Order: sequence, then structure tokens, then C-alpha cells
Amino acid sequence: MTNEFARRPVSKWMEAGGPEADVVISSRIRLARNLVGLAFPHLMEESAAEQVFRSTSKVVGALNSGKGPQFELIPMNTLTPLERLVLVEKHLISPQHAEADGRQAVVLREDEAVSIMINEEDHLRIQCLFPGLQLDRALALANQVDDTFEQYLDYAFSEERGYLTACPTNVGTGLRASVMVHLPALVMTGQAGRILPQISKFGLVVRGMYGEGTEAIGNIFQVSNQISLGPTEDEIVGNLQAVVSQVIDGERQARQSLLRESRDQLEDRVYRSWGVLSNARILTSQEAMQLISDVRLGVDLGLIKEVKASTLNQLLVTVRPGFLQVVADYDLSPYERDVRRATLVRQTVRNQ
Amino acid sequence: MLCQECRKRPATLHYTKIINGQKTELHLCQECAEEHKDLMEASFAFPNFVAGLMNPGFLGKQLPGSGDVRCPTCGLTYQQFASSGRLGCGECYQHFDERMEPLLRRIHGNTVHSGKVPARAGGAVRVKKELNSLKSELQKAVAREDFERAAELRDRIKDLEKKVR
Repeated sequence: MTNEFARRPVSKWMEAGGPEADVVISSRIRLARNLVGLAFPHLMEESAAEQVFRSTSKVVGALNSGKGPQFELIPMNTLTPLERLVLVEKHLISPQHAEADGRQAVVLREDEAVSIMINEEDHLRIQCLFPGLQLDRALALANQVDDTFEQYLDYAFSEERGYLTACPTNVGTGLRASVMVHLPALVMTGQAGRILPQISKFGLVVRGMYGEGTEAIGNIFQVSNQISLGPTEDEIVGNLQAVVSQVIDGERQARQSLLRESRDQLEDRVYRSWGVLSNARILTSQEAMQLISDVRLGVDLGLIKEVKASTLNQLLVTVRPGFLQVVADYDLSPYERDVRRATLVRQTVRNQ
Repeated sequence: MLCQECRKRPATLHYTKIINGQKTELHLCQECAEEHKDLMEASFAFPNFVAGLMNPGFLGKQLPGSGDVRCPTCGLTYQQFASSGRLGCGECYQHFDERMEPLLRRIHGNTVHSGKVPARAGGAVRVKKELNSLKSELQKAVAREDFERAAELRDRIKDLEKKVR
């Protein structure tokens, strides 16, 4: 294992961009699955954890038998804390999974479009990530991986309750579909505080960039379904897609009205941010994320032409503390990080 | 920005708390944040949210069943589930069913799954359904003394039961 993923800032799946990329950063599908006859991970004995490992490695072998992209099973205890942090920053594992002991593992597909957390809250958490708004594609891929697992393993499933999960909030389909959106204009115009709470009326929830309990950094929000029992997978995804489409429309309208009504102020703001981002010598993570958000808005509106959207996507990952430190190859103090971050941003925008 | 507590190190953790519209902000360095760890973790522990849903009195309703129940498969008690918000194994759903149903209704507004069915477990579900209907048909056949039909049904039931095993 070369742990290449830790040094590659952009997952292959991120490079392409995608539909509605001016607002939607990525779409994610997660399926929670457990094996029948074994206690859930938080109560599980060593032998059961090993059984999940063995079963998984058998399935990984099957996944790799085709011509498609290869999968790799990586036990968490073979990764350094920094490498784990990078996986979190790339949204490949949850923050909880990064604190794992020897029982946890992650299965990564080489393009990082699929990651499977082993023995997190549930035995298996199959995740698929696509750029832009592509929930259907992500669901189709997750189902395909799920079907392969099911050929080799017996899932804990009940006719009435569906796929059984450790937390009753995931039972039924075991599905969590989420879309990461960039909403600078809705935030600037003060509409975000009004629109986003409405979303909960549709069985959806809005969170910060890294999921549960995280704050929104750089105007990036995550919208996902809350209800997993009752509706079918297609209905859940369809509902999310419909609501997100409304949010996208709202954001685009807010951007246009900003352009119409306060073009000077808007141009001033995005160009000032561009000036700071490309020249600063000390940048905190939070400041960097806010500047990237402003500049991204400028790029999406065609005001700023000096930097590409894909470069900014890359910066969203590379300015995070874990990635900075893996590249530096040692633990950095917060101040050292801020200096390195500024240097890295300058180099990135110059060399794009 | 400097840490609010020690006013020496730069603040790297920014924490906003909103209770009843009252906004409190904390800006701390890593060292001082360690001391406030309990504060930050407690407010975000999601299983506690589920546990909260199980409190009697939530939505003004008491959940049915009194006393504690233990899942015979994994040994988890309902009380333990109520405080952690996490079930111990798949069987818990069945053993806590009476109390599970109102909880699931609170969380999802639904209690019955209608989505994907795994091919294999789903196959077993289908066979089980067929077995049940054959058995009730057998009883009816015996009741009306149609022994020829009953013998036929008994053989099919035996075949199916073998398959399930």
C-alpha cells in the first residue's frame, strides 16, 4: 500500500466537474448494511470484527475480478492519524471512523468514487461520490456494489423494517443521500437563513460541510434526507433532487439579482478576495475557505477569469489542516500551517 | 484572533451556541478547547437525540410497555438502548418491537419498509409467506375433510420446509 490517496489532492471523480457544477459540488449516496447473526460494531467481540473483515476481503476479491477499477481493503491501523484526517477531508470516511482502533477498515476504489467503511456504526457503509448533481448515478453504483456484497454475505434484513441498522434513524433503506451545495449569494442576501430551515419540512436536513454536527464553512452546505424508512430509494432520491433543484434556482436568482443591483460591490468583493487569496502570506483555514467561496462566485459569474473552477475545487481540499501536514510530512503548529497554507495557495494559483 | 481564555495563543476552534435565540461564541486555542471538550461533544452527540425521542413525555405521549426487556441474542436491554440510542444487533428490532414501532413512527413517520429487498434474504421472505398461506389452506382442507387435498398440501409444505433449511 502506497497510501497514494493521501498525497493526491483531488479524487479522480472530482476532476470532471458535473451537472449544475456552478452550485452543486458533489452528490453522495450512503447505504448502511449489517451482517446477520453478528452484534453491531459497538457491541461486537473481536472474533466478530474479524469475521466482518474476512467476509469483506472475499467480496473485495470478487469486486476486483472484473475489468473495472480496482478496490483496496485498508485496515485503519495501517494509516497514520494524518492520513486518516486526509480521508475525512476528502469525504471518504467519517470523522468518527478516523478515530478507529484495530477493528475498522476502509475499502477504496482506485478513483475514490466508492469508499466502504468497515465496522463504523454499522458493519458496512457503502458510499459513492460523484461531482455535481448526479444522485441517480451514485445510487446506481452503490446498488451495484451492494448487490456484489449480497452475493457473498447475508444481510440483517426484516421484511417489515427493511435493512436493520445500529441506529433506528437509518433503518429501512439504510440510505442517506446528500448533496453538497455552494450558496454564497443566498448567504450574502440573507435568504439562506429563511430558505434553509424550510427544507426540514420535506424530510430533509441541512448541515455543514463535513456532515453531522459541523458548521457551514465557506458557504458550503450539505442537504440530505432524514427519513430512511417508508419511501423507496428512488422516492428518497427524487425528493432530495426536487428540493435541491429549487435551492439551485434560488441561488442562481440571488446571484443574478446581486449582479443587477450591486454589481460594483459584488465585483469589489470578489476581486478583493482574489487579491488576498493570491497574495496573502498568512491564511487561517476559515479565512481561506471564505476567500475561496468569494472567488468561486466570481468565477461562476464570469467576473474572474484568472483562475479555474477546478483549481478552486482542489484548494478546498489542499488548504485543510490534515492535507497540509501530510504534504509537509510532519505535525505543524497552527501558525506554521497558516503560513504554509498561504504559500500553497499562491503556488497553486500561479502554476494552474 | 487570540484565544479568549488564555489570550496568548491564536484561537483555532470557533464554537457558536444558539439557545432560544441567545447566541454565544467561543474562540479558543487547542489547549484551552481541551478543557471545554465536554461542552462541545455533549451538544453534538446524535445518539442522544434518539435517546431524547424515547423519553416519556416527548410529544406528550408515554411509550407502551413498562419494566425492562432484554434482547436474548446480544444481551442489550431496552434501558441501555434508550440511553445510548443504539441497538445491539438485528434481533433487537424484533425483541423491542412493541416499543420500536412508536419510536420509528416518530423518527420516520412510517413503520414499514417499501424499498430494496436483498435477493437472498428476500427469497426466504417469499418462501415464508408461501408456507404460511399453504398451512392455513391445509387447516381449511382438514376442516372440510378434504383429505386428498390435505395430503397434497402437506407434501408441498414438507418440500418447502426442506428448501428453507
